[in-house]
Amino acid sequence: MSSQDIPEENLPAEQQSAGHDEHGAVGVPDDKHPFADPGLPPHEHRIQDVDERAAKRSERAVALMFTVSMLATVAFIASFVAIPVDKSVYIFPLGTISALNFALGLTLGIALFCIGAGAVHWARTLMSDVEIADERHPIEADPETREKVFADFKQGAKESALGRRKLIRNTMFGALTLVPLSGVVLLRDLGPLPEDKLRHTLWSKGKLLVNMNTDEPLRPSDVAVGSLTFAKPQGLEEHDHDFQNEIAKAALMIVRIQPEDIKDKRELEWSHEGIVAYSKICTHVGCPISLYEQQTHHVLCPCHQSTFDLSDGARVIFGPAGHALPQLRIGVNDEGYLEALGDFEEPVGPAFWERG
Amino acid sequence: MSTAQTRRKAPAGERVADWADGRLGIYSLAKANMRKIFPDHWSFMLGEICLYSFIIIILTGVYLTLFFHPSMNEVEYHGSYIPLQGQLMSEAFASTLDISFDVRGGLLIRQIHHWAAIIFLAGMFVHMMRVFFTGAFRKPREINWLFGFLLFVLGMFTGFTGYSLPDDLLSGTGVRFTQGAILSVPIVGTYISMFLFGGEFPGTDFVARFYSIHILLLPGIMLGLVVGHLILVFYHKHTQFAGPGRTNKNVVGMPLLPVYMAKAGGFFFLVFGVIAAIAGIATVNPIWVLGPYRPDQVSTGAQPDWYMGFAEGLVRAMPGWEINFWGHTLVLGVFIPLVLFGLFLAIIALYPFIESWVTGDKREHHILDRPRNAPTRTAFGVAWVTGYIIMLIGGGNDIVATHFHLSINAVTWFVRIGFFAGPVIAFVITKRICLGLQRRDKEKVLHGRESGIIKRLPHGEFIEVHEPLSQEQMYTLTAHHQYEPVEIGPTVDENGVERKVKGSEKLRAKLSDAYYGEGAQIPKPTAEEYREITSGHGHH
Amino acid sequence: MKKLSARRRHPLAAVVVLLLALLFSGGLYAVFAPTSKAEADETAQSLTIEEGKKLYAVGCASCHGTGGQGTSDGPSLVGVGAASVDFQVGTGRMPAATSQGPQVPKKKNIYSQAEIDQLAAYIASLGAGPAIPTKEQYGPAGADIAEGGELFRTNCAQCHNFTGKGGALTHGKYAPDLEGVSPKHIYEAMQTGPQNMPSFPDTTLSEENKKDIIAYLDAVNSSKSESPGGLELGGLGPVSEGLFGWIFGLGGLIAVAVWVAARTAKAKKS
Repeated sequence: MSSQDIPEENLPAEQQSAGHDEHGAVGVPDDKHPFADPGLPPHEHRIQDVDERAAKRSERAVALMFTVSMLATVAFIASFVAIPVDKSVYIFPLGTISALNFALGLTLGIALFCIGAGAVHWARTLMSDVEIADERHPIEADPETREKVFADFKQGAKESALGRRKLIRNTMFGALTLVPLSGVVLLRDLGPLPEDKLRHTLWSKGKLLVNMNTDEPLRPSDVAVGSLTFAKPQGLEEHDHDFQNEIAKAALMIVRIQPEDIKDKRELEWSHEGIVAYSKICTHVGCPISLYEQQTHHVLCPCHQSTFDLSDGARVIFGPAGHALPQLRIGVNDEGYLEALGDFEEPVGPAFWERG
Repeated sequence: MSTAQTRRKAPAGERVADWADGRLGIYSLAKANMRKIFPDHWSFMLGEICLYSFIIIILTGVYLTLFFHPSMNEVEYHGSYIPLQGQLMSEAFASTLDISFDVRGGLLIRQIHHWAAIIFLAGMFVHMMRVFFTGAFRKPREINWLFGFLLFVLGMFTGFTGYSLPDDLLSGTGVRFTQGAILSVPIVGTYISMFLFGGEFPGTDFVARFYSIHILLLPGIMLGLVVGHLILVFYHKHTQFAGPGRTNKNVVGMPLLPVYMAKAGGFFFLVFGVIAAIAGIATVNPIWVLGPYRPDQVSTGAQPDWYMGFAEGLVRAMPGWEINFWGHTLVLGVFIPLVLFGLFLAIIALYPFIESWVTGDKREHHILDRPRNAPTRTAFGVAWVTGYIIMLIGGGNDIVATHFHLSINAVTWFVRIGFFAGPVIAFVITKRICLGLQRRDKEKVLHGRESGIIKRLPHGEFIEVHEPLSQEQMYTLTAHHQYEPVEIGPTVDENGVERKVKGSEKLRAKLSDAYYGEGAQIPKPTAEEYREITSGHGHH
Repeated sequence: MKKLSARRRHPLAAVVVLLLALLFSGGLYAVFAPTSKAEADETAQSLTIEEGKKLYAVGCASCHGTGGQGTSDGPSLVGVGAASVDFQVGTGRMPAATSQGPQVPKKKNIYSQAEIDQLAAYIASLGAGPAIPTKEQYGPAGADIAEGGELFRTNCAQCHNFTGKGGALTHGKYAPDLEGVSPKHIYEAMQTGPQNMPSFPDTTLSEENKKDIIAYLDAVNSSKSESPGGLELGGLGPVSEGLFGWIFGLGGLIAVAVWVAARTAKAKKS
C-alpha cells in the first residue's frame, strides 16, 4: 500500500501552497503591474505520483545507479592493483595513453557520477515536488532595535571614557599603528637590495664565446651566414650552482649577416666580419627571444611577439618591447677564437625604473 | 536517571541529536534551515559547480602535497620517463614527474586538480556573469557580490602560483614574465623583484615561496570567503525569477530537506564524477614534454592558463612605450597593461555601486531581472565581456594565427583596435537587441502569441491566428519594474535664490537619462492598451 | 746477373716477359682501379647531372634561372647543395606555386626519389654545398633522446613548440608541425635552413646533436609517441586546455545542471 503514500503526503501540502498563501493569490492590477499576479499555479502530479509502476521503475533506476557505483569502485580498486603504473595502451581516439590513468579516471568518474545521478533521479522522481513559498523578512532592523543599538554603543563608549581621556586614545592609536612595523621590518631579509646586480653579466673582456650545444669555443669560421648559434660565456657550466641566474642574463644569440646588409653603423663596428652577438633575453619581460628569420633578419619573441631587426641594431619593429636588444662587442683573440670585448654596455633583459 | 527511565529510551539518533543540541543549540538552527526553500533553476547551480570544484581542488591538493617537494635544489633525473633521463632539473620538477609516472593514481589526481582549477575559474566567471546579467547583485547582495569577485581574483592568483610550482619550462616562462612585469613598476619594482625571488631571477627560492602562498595563504583566505559567501546566501535567501506567485517578499522552491539536499549533494558527486572522467581522458599540463625550466630556453605557444589569458592579451597588444628621463625609465609598455588589468576587473566589481547610485533605489531586490529588461546594464555587461574575450584572443594570438592561417601582426592589430571598438559596438548592438525583445514582449502581451495557424477570412484575406497569453504569462512578462530618469531638483529654492548644482548631480541625471530616458526602455503595456485591443476586434 | 743475361735469349724468355708484363699491368690495374672506377662513376654521375639538368629546365628554371643563377622570382641555387634540393623537392615545397603566400607550404611531392637525386646532383654540380645525409647520420642508432630534448628546447622549441607542433612567425610565416617529417628531411632542414629557418651547420650543432634531436622528435612527436595523460589536445598548451575545459568541462557540467534543475515530466491531465 506504499503506492498511495507519495501522493497522499503531497496533497495536503499542495492545498496549502497552491495559490492560497497570502502573497501568491493577490490579484490587484496597479500602475506598476498592469496584469495581476494570479498566484502560484496548482501543483500537477508527476507520473510517479500517480502511477506506482512508474515509481517502482524510478526506484529500480536509482538502485541500479547506486549499484553501478559500487561496481565501479570495485573496478577502481582492481585496476589500481592489477594495472602496472607504466603500462600504455592504445585507445581510439585518445591515442597511446597510460592504461592505469585511464582506468582509474573512468572508474572513479563512473562511481562518483552514479551516486550523484542516483540521488538526483531520486529527488526528481520520488521526493515531493510541491513548490513551497517561504516568506522573506526585511534584513534591516526595525527603528526600535536601531535606537537600542546606538544607545548601547553610546553607553559603552561613554563608560570606556575613550572620548574624554584623549591621552589614552592617542597613545593607543600610536601603539597600534607602530606595532605592525615589526612585521614589515622582518620581511627585509627576503632578498638582497638590487644595487647594480641587473647591470652586470658574466661577460667581460677576453671571455670566449662557447657554443651552447657542443661546449666548444667558437671560431668565426664556425658561424655561417644564415645560421643561428647560441653561446654562453667561457667557464659557465650547467652544473654550476648559479648557472640559472647567470645564464638568465648572459645567454647570447649569434648570427652572421653580410657586412653590407648591416644598416646600423655601431652594430657593424661591434661585429666581427658580420658576426653579431645579441643578448638572447627579450627587453620586454625577459623571455629568451630567438625566433630568427634568416632571410629577413627579424627575430621574434614567442611570448609577446616583440620583433627586432638584427640587421639594424636590433631595434624594435613590432610589439610591446620598449628598446633594442643589447649587443655584445666581440672580436677574435690570438688563437682565432671569438671573444667578448667587455660586458654589455647596458642592462640586459626587461627595463626597470633605475635603468635610465 | 529516573526521568530517563520513565521517558523510555529514545532512538539512538534522537539521543545523539539531543546531546549535540544541549551543547551546540542545533535545534534552533535546524528549525530555521532544515526546510529552507531553494528555487530550482539551472543557472542557480553555477555557484555550486564552483563550490564543488573548489572542494575537489582542496582534496586533491592535499594528496599532491604528500608527494610534491617544493624545492629548487638541482637533481639529476633517473625516474621512469625516458626522454628526460639524466637531465638536470629542480626537485620540484622531478617530484612532479614522480607523481605523474611512479605514484599509482598520481597522474589522475594531478589532472583532476588541474582540470578542476580550470573549471573552477570558468565556473566562477559564468556564475559572476549570471549574477550580473540578472541583477542579482542589487541590494542586499552587494557585499556578497564583492566576496564573489574577490574569490575570482584570488582564484586567478592561486591558479597562477600553482601552475608555477612544477618549475617546468612553460610555467617558468610565465614566472619570468611576472618578474619582468614587477620590474616595470616605478620606483619599487626592482626591490619587490629582489625580495620576491630572494635575489636575481630565478634564484632558488620562488618555488618554496609560491608553495606556501598556493597551499596556505590564498586558499585560506578563499575558504574564509567561501564560508562567508555561503552564509550570506543562506541569510539573504536565494533570488528568483519573476513568475506567478513569486514576489519580492517570498521565495518559492523546494525544501532543503530532502529535495535540495539530494539534488545539491548529488550534484557534488556529478561534478566530481565528470571531472574525474575528464582527467582520465584528456591530459592537462603535461610537464614531461615541456621539460625543466631554464631561463635561456623557451617554446612558442607560451601561454598562461585561460584565466590569465586576458592579462596576457593586454601585454601582447600593448605598443612598446618606454620613457627615459633623469636617469630613470618608465616602462609604460608593461606597466600600463599591469594597471589596466586591475582597472578592467575593478570596473565590473564596482558596477553594482554605480548602478545603485544612478537609480537611487534603496529597496531590497529579490526578483531577478530578465537581461532584456535592463538594457543598459546588459549592454554594459556584454561590452565588458567583449573586451575580455578580445583580450583572451590577444593572449592566444599566435595560436589563432597558425590555426586560421593569419598573420600574427594582423591578429595583434585586430586586438588593439578591437579592444576599443569591440565593446562600443557590442554595447550599441546589445542595447538594440534588448529593446527589440522588450517590444516583442509587449506585442505578445497585447496581441497574444503567434500560433502558426493561418486562417483565410471570408473576404479572402489571410491572417495568422494569435493566441492570447494566459494570465500567468502576462503577469510574468510585465512584472519588472521600470525606473523613471532622475531629474535634477529645482535649481531655485523657495526664496528664488539660485542654488549651485553639483557636478555629480548633473552626471547622475545624465546617466540616469541614458539608463531610463526616452528610447532607453520600451514602456510596459498598460491595462488600458490591453483592454482597448482585446475589446475591439478579436485579432491583430 | 750473368745468369739472367745468359738466359735472355732463352726461347721461353718472351713468354716470361709477356707474363711479367701482364702481371705488371694487372697490378697496375689493381692499383689504379679506384681511379678508373671513379672515372666510370663520373660518367654515370655526369649522366645523372644531365638528367637532373633536364628535369631542372622543365620544373625549376622558370624561377631559378636556366643556370641556377636565380631570377627575381627565385633565389640562386649555386652552392645550396644536394641536401637542400632533397629537402625542398622531397617535401613538395619545390616546385612552388607561382603566387605564393608569406611562405611556401609543404605539399605532395611529385618527383620520384631517383629524380630528386638527379636534380640534387645537378644543383650540387653548380657549387659545393651540404650533401644528402646518410642513414648513419640521421638514424636512431646510438642517439641520446634526453640530450636531444635539451638541444631541441635550446635550438628549436622557440619556433616549433616543445614537441615540434609548430608555431607562428611574423607576418603569416610559421614554423611547421614536425610530425610525420622524415628523419632525413629534418636533418637536411637543420643543415640547410630552408626559407626563413636559420641553418644549424655541424659547427653549430654537431652531427651527433642532430641525431639526438631527431631521436627526441621520434619519441615525442610521432604517430607512436605516447601521451600518458590521455587526449593530447593538439599539444598546444593552455589555449587548447582552456577551450576543452570550457566546452567539455564547464559545458558538460552545465548540461548536467540543466537536468538536475529541470522539472520532471508531469502526468497527463485526464
